[in-house]
Amino acid sequence: MPTLQELQDITVQTRRDILRMVHKVNSGHPGGSLGCTEFLVALYNELMTLKEGFDMEGKDEDVFFLSNGHISPVFYSVLARKGYFPVDELNTFRLINSRLQGHPTTHEGLPGVRIASGSLGQGMSVALGVAQAKKLNGDDKIVYTLHGDGELQEGQNWEAIMYASGKKVDNLIATIDLNFKQIDGATDDVLPMGCLKTKFEAFDWKVIEIKEGNNLEAIISGMKTAKSMTGKGKPVCVLLYTEMGNGVDFMMNTHAWHGKAPNDAQLATAFEQNPETLGDY
Amino acid sequence: MKKYTYTEKKDTRSGFGDGLTELGRTNPNVVALCADLVGSLKMNQFIDENPERFFQIGIAEANMMGIAAGLAIGGKIPFTGTFANFSTSRVYDQIRQSIAYSNKNVKICASHAGVTLGEDGATHQVLEDIGMMKMLPGMVVINPCDYNQTKAATIAIAEYDGPVYLRFGRPSVPVFMPEDQEFIIGKAVHLQEGSDVTIVATGHLVWEALVAAEALNEQGISAEVINIHTIKPLDEEAIVTSVKKTGCIVSAEEHNIFGGLGESVARALATSHPTPQEFVGTKDTFGESGTPAQLMEKYGLDNKAIVKAVLKVLKRK
Repeated sequence: MPTLQELQDITVQTRRDILRMVHKVNSGHPGGSLGCTEFLVALYNELMTLKEGFDMEGKDEDVFFLSNGHISPVFYSVLARKGYFPVDELNTFRLINSRLQGHPTTHEGLPGVRIASGSLGQGMSVALGVAQAKKLNGDDKIVYTLHGDGELQEGQNWEAIMYASGKKVDNLIATIDLNFKQIDGATDDVLPMGCLKTKFEAFDWKVIEIKEGNNLEAIISGMKTAKSMTGKGKPVCVLLYTEMGNGVDFMMNTHAWHGKAPNDAQLATAFEQNPETLGDY
Repeated sequence: MKKYTYTEKKDTRSGFGDGLTELGRTNPNVVALCADLVGSLKMNQFIDENPERFFQIGIAEANMMGIAAGLAIGGKIPFTGTFANFSTSRVYDQIRQSIAYSNKNVKICASHAGVTLGEDGATHQVLEDIGMMKMLPGMVVINPCDYNQTKAATIAIAEYDGPVYLRFGRPSVPVFMPEDQEFIIGKAVHLQEGSDVTIVATGHLVWEALVAAEALNEQGISAEVINIHTIKPLDEEAIVTSVKKTGCIVSAEEHNIFGGLGESVARALATSHPTPQEFVGTKDTFGESGTPAQLMEKYGLDNKAIVKAVLKVLKRK
């Protein structure tokens, strides 16, 4: 297991990767990516049980599905730094002939990705299928998912949420990135969703909250609690309170960086706040 | 001229149900999903024999398509079952992203296609599904013609690795294809040799094409009839070879002429052997309530409509 310092180093380096990727092509989604960096770093480097290499089926290992595919920069960086593909390939993000498409896809065969996502609201259904296949296969590993909070406005999620508890899919941990922001502004202004904890509980899920969703120790502790709740007849929801743009001061406390890349000066400022740790690609 | 007869009428959806039952016994990776239409899709036998391999999703087709994609990731061969309308237009983006673009081995099995669904009316009578599904890159589109062919197709698609749309219907129709036929995806079946006109038909219209060919024969017109059970990939070679002999063609389908088999045939011929063609299908319209026979007649989908189209195309040779 990596030390906390090692996880922090990966986190800072992942932030740099995200910023460089979106800066180079002047497009992509840094805000949500930075908000979920600690979560994905902890998930892949501390929490999930993973096999060496990649195979599509993911039998006898934990698997992860990114439903809010627009935060592909953080997903790609974490996968590359974990060894799924060469870190250098991050250089090709969003370029023509790249395996690192704007939104994640299996189409170009990028190791670590098992489904296309980007059109929102589909990831939980896919995860339910994988979770049920695992049960049929006698595989006791866990299926993890990540969803945006705004993404829950898509109706398909609620079909999946109802099904998961109704059919006792208890090998699923669905995490909601609760940053209270979406493209057009605050979720409360765009479409108020009320209390998500109450909603998931009303759908008969186990719910835990991680209030410090950008704190590695809080994430690890909370996710271990979530894991301890699996296998007990109910799906598990983690409400992860995050700060969009976390780690770059001018990207925080605003939804402005949802889908906007920094310019040269902004990149330099962001780098000053996140000095190189593992080496840039 | 070859004589086609039938001793019984059966619905094509029962061919699907019986094919699925056989798969349940022979292929342990086959799983089935349904969105609250088990009886309509004739899935009961499979479910009775393999309860652990059946997933009742409830009335939530979008979720069903995603779960099917996930089961495919987990190494299963999922067969989804619901009406054709709810298998396509309702869930187009789910199929596009999670199944087609992601290249998942999902078999989308769609019953009650077209106007022959009958009395339920246009809300349920999808006439655009072939078009929608054939436009998805990599999607195989199959529309078998009778009980035996639907059963054979159901079994055959389990052996194919990739997404498939299998379209069938509600009413009882003549069973005329052999029980032991070999079903090869993408391989057209010649039913009638002829020299004056080629009729390519799919689904319920294949039988109508055979009846039309007999009527034409009585008028001294020799019609070649080809059963195009696979609309994509289309057996272009069989079609081109036939029209080189006959010089004109009629396409026949229970589907909008915009986007269906006819347009695929026209594209194939335009690029290799331009040929006069007439289209039997619905003419950019929705359906309505009625009996299947009434609707087939009113919307120009029966053997009389095929005869009329043949007489018209012959004048353009």
